[in-house]
Amino acid sequence: MEPISIITGKAVVLPVENIDTDQIIPARFLKVTDKSGLAAGLFEAWRYLPDGTPNPDFPLNRPAAAGATILISGRNFGCGSSREHAPWALQDYGFRAVIAPSFADIFRSNALKIGLLPVTIEQTIYDELVAMYANDPQMALTIDLAAQTVTLPDGRQVSFPIDAFSKYCLLHGVDQLGFLLNQAEAIAAYEASHPQPVKTTG
Amino acid sequence: MSKPRTLFEKVWEAHLVRPETPETPAVLYIDLHLIHEVTSPQAFTELRQRGLRVRRPDKTLGTMDHSTPTTPRNHLGIIPVIDPLAISQLEQLRKNCAEFGIPLFELGDENQGIVHVIGPEQGLTQPGMTIVCGDSHTSTHGAFGALAFGIGTSEVGHVLATQCLLQRKPKTCAVRIEGRLGPGVTAKDIILALIAKYGVGGGTGYVFEYMGEAIRALSMEERMTICNMSIEGGARAGMVAPDDTTFEYIAGRPFAPKGAAFEAAVARWRTLPTDEGAVFDHELTLSASELKPMITYGTNPGMGIPIDAPVPRPEDMPDARSRAALDKALAYMGLEPGKPLLGHPVDVVFIGSCTNSRLSDLRQAAQFFRGRKVAPGVRVMVVPGSQQVKRAAEAEGLDRIFKEAGAEWREAGCSACLGMNDDKVPPGKYAVSTSNRNFEGRQGPGARTMLASPLTAAAAAVTGVVTDPRTLLN
Ligand code: SF4
Repeated sequence: MEPISIITGKAVVLPVENIDTDQIIPARFLKVTDKSGLAAGLFEAWRYLPDGTPNPDFPLNRPAAAGATILISGRNFGCGSSREHAPWALQDYGFRAVIAPSFADIFRSNALKIGLLPVTIEQTIYDELVAMYANDPQMALTIDLAAQTVTLPDGRQVSFPIDAFSKYCLLHGVDQLGFLLNQAEAIAAYEASHPQPVKTTG
Repeated sequence: MSKPRTLFEKVWEAHLVRPETPETPAVLYIDLHLIHEVTSPQAFTELRQRGLRVRRPDKTLGTMDHSTPTTPRNHLGIIPVIDPLAISQLEQLRKNCAEFGIPLFELGDENQGIVHVIGPEQGLTQPGMTIVCGDSHTSTHGAFGALAFGIGTSEVGHVLATQCLLQRKPKTCAVRIEGRLGPGVTAKDIILALIAKYGVGGGTGYVFEYMGEAIRALSMEERMTICNMSIEGGARAGMVAPDDTTFEYIAGRPFAPKGAAFEAAVARWRTLPTDEGAVFDHELTLSASELKPMITYGTNPGMGIPIDAPVPRPEDMPDARSRAALDKALAYMGLEPGKPLLGHPVDVVFIGSCTNSRLSDLRQAAQFFRGRKVAPGVRVMVVPGSQQVKRAAEAEGLDRIFKEAGAEWREAGCSACLGMNDDKVPPGKYAVSTSNRNFEGRQGPGARTMLASPLTAAAAAVTGVVTDPRTLLN
């Protein structure tokens, strides 16, 4: 995983609350056995008109949104299924961070695992960003992971929370499996001292 | 005396390989890992790339459910898979399980079925366990007093390789449901009403523990329906304290402990319920006695109303954001604000999914099909949750009741719940579904889903319109 420190980039606002993972990537795109090409299915039902042509009104399709790396969206982003294909698709499309007033638990956990930064901000700051974006669709932001701050277009800085361990892993490009594998001894000790309720092998 | 603890805390603490610290999350041991074809292939690839083995294949079980067709078997008794992508995904799971020694219930196997139906049915789901699966409805298994939650594919890889997960301790929320359900009102209506009351994000960061008179009175299958949709309320897990209902359900199932071991297990399980005086971080309440059958009108499971209520009007919404959300949802659903849903025409009825595809669900639905016909122009799919449920239903003749009424009796799987296999709701059509998600396009592009109980779905099937199931009860 690539380390993340500072993400500076153009933002695009998708001002919808409770965006579920079926919108982010519909189930019919989940028949892959790898992670490639998922960008094609990102927001598929909203991005395209029924005849298959791009929907010019969808925020990601507007010319100003080309090359955006930060997605800003309404609260409870990523609710619904546990499909990691949702953060994979966002990342495959080019997003490096998602900013929202809140995230669904599983989406947030999945995004942190793959280095797509979920940034939680106050609802009032979100409302301001929506208004700023309406005036300036080229709006850019800077997210500083080490400092846990977002620099708004007007220069103000707001802070965001992140779990210390996830932050460490993202800053150093360390994946969490490595940490778990290092616990092998403790895991073996746990197994030896605890009853094992079921065996699927009969 | 030690500090009183909640059910969740007891299960959590018993599975700590390492407790959490400010710097590091807890290392949590997982007793059972269920896998299916959709969210596991990339995790196995990761394992191979890193030269890792599966640490505990004997705590892992695979099934095929999401992308499988549910078309009736052909003359050779085989369920044919036609979609080449689905074929390759199923083939991949078969290979992965064979290579790593993981038992698998394949398509066509007598035990195959939806992952959250087969765990409990096999007796693998037991009180006090930690259970995970790359699927958000893993919360279903919490009905047994297990801590069960959905994980992403990276975490599937973590559990395959180490049988552990890195987790921050979630907060606890008591969900008190007092009173008794009236006739025609079901467990599904409880959970739809709860989510309508507290919203789809209300449980974020919490583990729910459902309690109260109404919950104690429910069967295990009904408790599973409720825990299943915890995630629709935003809670990653939902639990119910185990009691005699739980133990009776588990007794005699293939993977349940036998004889003296069962008695010993029951004695252990009896220590799990939340202690008197234990403190929860939050509390939600609902009165079961006042509930009516529920139905959703919008595009998230929180957009639900009592079946005889009008569709909400944007002007009744508390703020601009919820007005905008309602406008968007009603435009997608093609519904008029302020109008009742009762009498609204229905094109498809789907009875199935990990929420409502067990034997008791099918029995409930069947009572309205008996001696009646499916309304003209309505397609009705009845999809048992597992091959076992299918056989049990057939043994008591439920399949004949459905078929004679003109409904389709299909093979076990997720089916039309998620628009991934061949079973879909056509664009713009209205479906009353017993599944758990009414998101835009969930049941197929453009599909308009109204979530409801098996009774309400069956009532719609035989009348062709949204109908209060209480009017059909005899
Ligand atoms: S039935 Fe639906 S919700 Fe349940 S596991 Fe299958 S796709 Fe997921």
